[in-house]
Amino acid sequence: MKNDVILRTVARCMVPFILLFAFYVQAHGEISPGGGFQAGVIFASAFILIALAVGKEKAREKFKQKISDFTCSLGLMIYAGIGFITILFGGLFLEYGKLPFGSAEKGNHLGMIGIELGVGIAVASVMVTIFFEIARKEDD
Amino acid sequence: MINLMLLLFLVVIAIAAIQAKDLLNSIMYLSVYSLFMALVWTELNAVDVAFTEAAVGAGVSGVFMIAALTRMNRFESSRERTGLGKYFPMAVVAVTAAMLFYATVDMPAYMDPEAPIHKHVAPYYIEHSEHETGSVNIVTSVLASYRGFDTLGETSVVFTAAISVILLLRRRDKNEK
Repeated sequence: MKNDVILRTVARCMVPFILLFAFYVQAHGEISPGGGFQAGVIFASAFILIALAVGKEKAREKFKQKISDFTCSLGLMIYAGIGFITILFGGLFLEYGKLPFGSAEKGNHLGMIGIELGVGIAVASVMVTIFFEIARKEDD
Repeated sequence: MINLMLLLFLVVIAIAAIQAKDLLNSIMYLSVYSLFMALVWTELNAVDVAFTEAAVGAGVSGVFMIAALTRMNRFESSRERTGLGKYFPMAVVAVTAAMLFYATVDMPAYMDPEAPIHKHVAPYYIEHSEHETGSVNIVTSVLASYRGFDTLGETSVVFTAAISVILLLRRRDKNEK
């Protein structure tokens, strides 16, 4: 399957658009359907498509194991970290209104964007990790 | 009408997925099942759920199952049950279905604005979520703000899945280190 020229060409054309769509879903989470979880899954599916088209080893070079292991934890840490930052500013855990952005509404808004970003990063790297670990045995 | 057709399709696809002896076919049927499920969610105006169903159910989880299939036998082993045991799974399914049908009798009518679920916290979210969170999408504001703890738990579950997969499946050979 790796040497299929149609698959490789289509994948090459599709990947930038899939990634762009993932960023769009991430950024528009609060005004349209979608959010961090969906964006993460779409982001990961781009790398899975690369793996199916050109092989796992080459795809893994694009999203290295060291980086994806790190970003797995980083996403969750951003989420929980925002929760602890709100404690430092005198609020409850995950009470975004207490974040230092002026008003409570603004804090809520930016806090939500922050945790959505954390969810997106975590889900994307988790999906990539699961795929590359499960499908590791022999190359396609 | 369209709802009924979609649900009928779901039943047909589910039966096909069970009947297929080739597990690759089963996985395909399950992906198609998720795709139709996404259409059902859209029809119910649950667009966020439909989005997730299409991305995860119809997309990534099918790929994961195919990837898992590379580690195992592609065809189901034909181990037939004998005697009365043959009808046991059928009986379990029939009893469960009967209980579920019985439960639907008490449910409020579809799209009934007086249903209890629309009377509880939903009016509060519809009225206040926009100026409290600055987010137009009520689903996102509930997920990220009002029910932020649940989403933190969900993210931890996903993270735990990755850690388990790494612990169980990552090779620790000397030549790969």
